[in-house]
Amino acid sequence: MAAESIDISDAMVIQPTTLGDWMIVAPVGVPILFAAILLMVRHETRLHAGIAITGLLLTLAANAALLLQVLADGPQVMTMGRWLPPFGISFVADALGASLAFVATLVAAVCALYAMKDIGATGRRYGFYPFVMALMAGVGGSFLTGDIFNLYVWFEVFLISSFGLLILGSTERQLDGATKYAILNLVGTTLFLTATAYLYGTFGTLNMADIARRVDAVRDTGPLMTLAVLYLLAFGMKAAAFPVNFWLPASYHTPRIVTAALFGGVLTKVGVYALLRVLVMMFPVERVELSGVIAWVAAGTMVLGIMGALAQSDVRRVLGFVVISGVGVMLAGLALGTEEGLTGTVLYAFHSILAMTALYLLAGVMKELGGSYSLHELGGLYRAYPAMGAFALILMLAVAGLPPASGLWPKILLVQASLESGLPWLALAILATGLLTTIALGRVYILAIWRNRPEGAPSGEPNARPGLGYVSLALLCIPIILLGVYPEPFIRIAETAAAGLLDPSAYIGAVFPVEAAQ
Amino acid sequence: MEAALAFVVSVFFAVAIYLMLSKHIIRILLGVSIFGNAVNLSIFTAGRLMREVPPIIPEALQTPDSAIANPLPQALVLTAIVISFSLFAFLLVLAFRAYQELGTDDTDGMRVAEPEGEPLPPLGY
Repeated sequence: MAAESIDISDAMVIQPTTLGDWMIVAPVGVPILFAAILLMVRHETRLHAGIAITGLLLTLAANAALLLQVLADGPQVMTMGRWLPPFGISFVADALGASLAFVATLVAAVCALYAMKDIGATGRRYGFYPFVMALMAGVGGSFLTGDIFNLYVWFEVFLISSFGLLILGSTERQLDGATKYAILNLVGTTLFLTATAYLYGTFGTLNMADIARRVDAVRDTGPLMTLAVLYLLAFGMKAAAFPVNFWLPASYHTPRIVTAALFGGVLTKVGVYALLRVLVMMFPVERVELSGVIAWVAAGTMVLGIMGALAQSDVRRVLGFVVISGVGVMLAGLALGTEEGLTGTVLYAFHSILAMTALYLLAGVMKELGGSYSLHELGGLYRAYPAMGAFALILMLAVAGLPPASGLWPKILLVQASLESGLPWLALAILATGLLTTIALGRVYILAIWRNRPEGAPSGEPNARPGLGYVSLALLCIPIILLGVYPEPFIRIAETAAAGLLDPSAYIGAVFPVEAAQ
Repeated sequence: MEAALAFVVSVFFAVAIYLMLSKHIIRILLGVSIFGNAVNLSIFTAGRLMREVPPIIPEALQTPDSAIANPLPQALVLTAIVISFSLFAFLLVLAFRAYQELGTDDTDGMRVAEPEGEPLPPLGY
């Protein structure tokens, strides 16, 4: 037989995958497995929370192991289906993807804990926990995949799960918000696919490392600027960057508060991650040319976002606009493109995932204890629940970027990077956003917590037990304060991530070890 | 052949964008559906067209002996069709439920989640 004489070792993986390599897909595989288990026990709603939390803790452990391995040995690669890259689909864990996946899984585990109270038996029977697991599989896959079409598939995986979570309960408000969210997000991912079609037509490959190493060769002939602009628009839409952010304030205040917490923490950051990956690593020259546009988009997003927050009287809607404003701050680092700026962006992403989730959970606790989300009706919480006032203070300081919490250091890095890059107005925008955030959230603090309860306002649940809410908030406040008072290890991870984006040779070398050795 | 398909794709995109600019959900959904097909066709075209030569390598050879059709775009398009079809099915049900509950498919009238004339937050206390 002629077939036996063919040497396939050039094109295929011959050795069986080692156990260590399976670690790279564990952050995706474990949530999918647990989503399947949860579907099998769909009617045993009492078991759901325990199974989901176990699954997310296992995912978290896998993410932590992967992150440590990446920090010690550089990017890790696993290729699917035995075909060597660029033909098989590669999963590539580098410092950026692994660290973001870790933080996102951390907040998802806390949300699963808080959902024990927030999601009743009906919500569980309609699949809250399986949707959360599928969402986290999609998010983990997005952070770890090394193939741009595969990135599109993971985007759709978490998108469809987010639809399910968003309409859980099917109230009028949810259907209204979900319609806008679903249509605009589907258009956004379809734009992403459009860009990917042209990318494939130009490069003939979809492997991100392969594109990154070949981009210089086709710069004179390929429509790279068109691709970069299309990706900027598509991922800007996913990240809720101005002027394509209107789906977020229309929908994020409608679902259950724990769903809003998970979305507000995690989903927009996946868009920011994709922007970093595509624009900084794959199209660096085009990113420099677009940096003026990105800087204006960033300034517009952060300032207009926080101005929207000033005009809202529903706490959840205030938070929706604060999420948008945070995306603007992250885009500032993308506009600068220096190592310091990108470090600030990555660090701000860690901070924003933690702090926004915690703030939404805080809103949930406030609703439970104060009986309302409206700033017209809340009040008197400090006197009745001083512990909640303390959590609120920490979180509001964190988002405003004041010590001792996590928002301070990324903003310092970004302001410093803006000044060094000769963009003082961008630094001013970041600082002004900080001031306006302090005002917007300070007002929430004064009205909802400090002042006495207004006459005739609804009271909270008479025998409210905020214990689980406090535990959830405490679990998130620990890393937030740690990031504030001892930021060195976090800055180092963010620096590694930024350096890996700016010089992807280690990433490319990990995917193509043979070529790199030559 | 690519030029002809590129023209078709451009018409698809134009129709899709025109429909998506409407304020009626049902037209937007038709636009989204055509948008998805426009993208599928453009992936297909981006893979370059080659007629009637299936990508099969003869048994005795290691590489194909002539130019063959590119099999990858078909795999990509198939994936994209499955995904866009399932999301479109979800959107149809969602739009119908929204129409039942809200009594309108006019996006200007869908103001339950963001009511008009909401009061400003308290200015003092």
